Amino acid sequence: MGVFNSPVARHAFANSLEISARTAIVGAILGGLFAWAIVTGKPGGVFYKISVALSSVLAQFGGVMLTFAFLATFGFNGLVSTLALKFLPNTFLADSTWLYGMTGLSVLYTFFQIPLMVLVFLPTLENLKPQWREASDALGGRAYEYWLRIGIPILTPSFAGAALLLFVNSFSAYATANTLINLSDFLTPLEIATALTSETGGSNPAEAKSLSLYMVVVVVIVMGLYAMLRRKVSKWEQKR
Amino acid sequence: MSSSAYVQLVDLAKYFGKVKALDGLSLDIAEGELVALLGPSGCGKTTALRSLAGLQELDRGQMIVDGKDVTFQNANKRGMGMVFQAYSLFPHMTARENVEYGLKLRAHKTSGDKRKARSAELLELVGLSTHANHYPYQLSGGQQQRVALARALAISPKVLLLDEPLSALDAKVRTQLREEIRRIQLELGTTTLFVTHDQEEALSIADRVGVMRNGQLEQIAAPAELYDRPNTAFVAEFVGLTNPIAGKVSGGSIEILGGVVKTLPGSITSGSGIALVRPESIDVVASKAGNATVFSASFLGASCRLSISLADGTRVTAQLPSPDAIGLGAGAPVKVSLLDLPVFVKAAG
Amino acid sequence: MKQSLGVRLWRWTIIFVVALYLLVPLYAMFDFSTKPFGFADKGRTFRAWTMIASQPDLIPAISRSLITAAIVMALILFLIVPTAIWVHLKLPALRRPFELLCLLPLAIPAIVIVVGIAPLYRWISINLSESPITLAGVYSMLILPYTYRSLSAALDAVDIHTLAEAATTLGATITRVIFGIIMPTIKTGIVNGSFIAIALVLGEYTISNILNFKTFQVVIAQIGRTNGNVAVAVSLASLLFVIFLLLIIPTKKRQGAVLDVDIA
Repeated sequence: MGVFNSPVARHAFANSLEISARTAIVGAILGGLFAWAIVTGKPGGVFYKISVALSSVLAQFGGVMLTFAFLATFGFNGLVSTLALKFLPNTFLADSTWLYGMTGLSVLYTFFQIPLMVLVFLPTLENLKPQWREASDALGGRAYEYWLRIGIPILTPSFAGAALLLFVNSFSAYATANTLINLSDFLTPLEIATALTSETGGSNPAEAKSLSLYMVVVVVIVMGLYAMLRRKVSKWEQKR
Repeated sequence: MSSSAYVQLVDLAKYFGKVKALDGLSLDIAEGELVALLGPSGCGKTTALRSLAGLQELDRGQMIVDGKDVTFQNANKRGMGMVFQAYSLFPHMTARENVEYGLKLRAHKTSGDKRKARSAELLELVGLSTHANHYPYQLSGGQQQRVALARALAISPKVLLLDEPLSALDAKVRTQLREEIRRIQLELGTTTLFVTHDQEEALSIADRVGVMRNGQLEQIAAPAELYDRPNTAFVAEFVGLTNPIAGKVSGGSIEILGGVVKTLPGSITSGSGIALVRPESIDVVASKAGNATVFSASFLGASCRLSISLADGTRVTAQLPSPDAIGLGAGAPVKVSLLDLPVFVKAAG
Repeated sequence: MKQSLGVRLWRWTIIFVVALYLLVPLYAMFDFSTKPFGFADKGRTFRAWTMIASQPDLIPAISRSLITAAIVMALILFLIVPTAIWVHLKLPALRRPFELLCLLPLAIPAIVIVVGIAPLYRWISINLSESPITLAGVYSMLILPYTYRSLSAALDAVDIHTLAEAATTLGATITRVIFGIIMPTIKTGIVNGSFIAIALVLGEYTISNILNFKTFQVVIAQIGRTNGNVAVAVSLASLLFVIFLLLIIPTKKRQGAVLDVDIA
């Protein structure tokens, strides 16, 4: 298990955790808000269907398409980069290597975290019974009071659970990193793959397997937290 | 309709596309009165209730409560207590916290101790003091509705609105709870609007019952009057059982079952008609020389319902106090006659 | 319930911001794929798009991926759905652990899955088949989190116990109950779960790449190394195609929607 004595490995692992946390939080908030926007529209209407279809696809089409999309936007000849060069030449947007830094990667990952959040959180929002809002109104509550005392407390466990799912999802998003060039040895999943299929010096299966173990442990802890949150929510669900 | 009624609904209208949920509904409720809105699904009774609560916008009409026009007022300013059909308790709060919610919103007016006292008082009123710290999922359907009632009453509402509160409950719980609702309502003197599709429910607890159909009020009267003197065929048939018996109408009377009875106002005045006869208006005695036979008998406890086959092949349902029905089983020969009570007659065909 | 102006403003702001985030990259792809390339073009062109059909590896890869999708759907219908129904019906105590089990594939990184599965697939390619269609097995496991959630929601919405009991007393066997009674009732849940599965099969890259299978996405990446415009065009086309597929399937209105209008 000396693998974690390597500063490179530790650094990679830490980066992995940081990106996952950032994208999970941003994705959860934006995705959650978007899910709310969907749910307050016409149920089964055009906007609803398109949003759900788009989310289903964007959550799954990882790796290749994602890379192309973002290279086309922020890469060397990208849409936004070229526009930025013209109008905002001194900002980071004009620099096409921005995408390869931590921020760029976070923006990239968040792109599929948002649809995933919508897919995971939408059913929860739809289970928020209209009677609760109406009861609160009838009892004299204003909108913010409803959200403060009822809406948010009820949604929080599911929201946290969804955010946890986003966290683990990001953590394991290797496909994206692989396609972006010049990114080797940056993230832990990548090191494993390198260790497995390395062309330079033969595979090191032992290192690969112990890194896997460390990742699985992190994942199991997070899933355990998720299970606890689910149990709390199900206590409130009314039995039919 | 007096213009000083506590609650006045004036010419309410609400259309959903082509559907007329409310089509000119006007209704007055006196202070402390319990009015029930009764009707089949889609008649507009819930729309009327929700409009009064402020949860539904109207296309036309005016609503006045305690002298004040509330038509455009937000739901959270109207001070009405509402009890929904189901699922309205906040699941993450205990029974007591649910009941205190309305008071908490007015925290600047009531201290914590006062709130506790008030919620305890109300939970006691609905008989759930021992369950104060339970969560909704730990309570039965009937118990949940009691908490919902306590919650609505906690804010001392001007009007209590009940939207089919018993429909989701078991039969036995339903009868029990409706008596309790009435008892509490009388004790507190709260003006109440109660919506239901169950006519027995409406008749048993309301001061007045309004029968609705297609967004309009067909008739509103005290239960007995609604039952004995329906204004329209719809009301006659919707409330209570009726036997449709054909006969000829002339001079304000109709001849059926070998007798002549007066017709009620609103009936047709001449020609062939169908009288809507209540089961209790049909008298049945055992008679070897009778013109009818008993087809089947149902024992209902205090009374007996008999299905009788007449000489011309048709069947009528009669209802007698049980002691009078002794010996009248299937196949017994009987004589059928009409009590001298007016009936509603609708047009034939 | 009427929405106040503030709420509507808030809502449209959110929609605008998120839509921007999600749609700008997609538009950028379109923009890129219509850029001039090669010597003959000046200005915008759809040449990249028309070249899609002439890519050598693409058609076989698409058909292989579609076949794989069909197999995955079959596995869903005949293995996953009946199991989910069985657990909900007969083994309610196992529901929670089962749900966590089904969420696991989401949590375990694709890389780790590959590390574990590689030996198995080596065996499969030697003894059974070299075709990428064997990936159907792994894919069925990967879609468990999404498909199970969909099924679970549908199963919770319907009283399957009463349905099962009614069918049994009328003489139905357990197979009949599962396939003939309950499955039709949860049709929307199955359809929703299946379409996410199709999205996954057509979109998966990591595992197939490392295991050296030529699936749809792997071929697109391959094209990308030689002709960027065409690769981007294919990517975008596949995305739009699957979205289109998901849109033409009719779905029932969700129960408990926030703005249900009650006329009674």
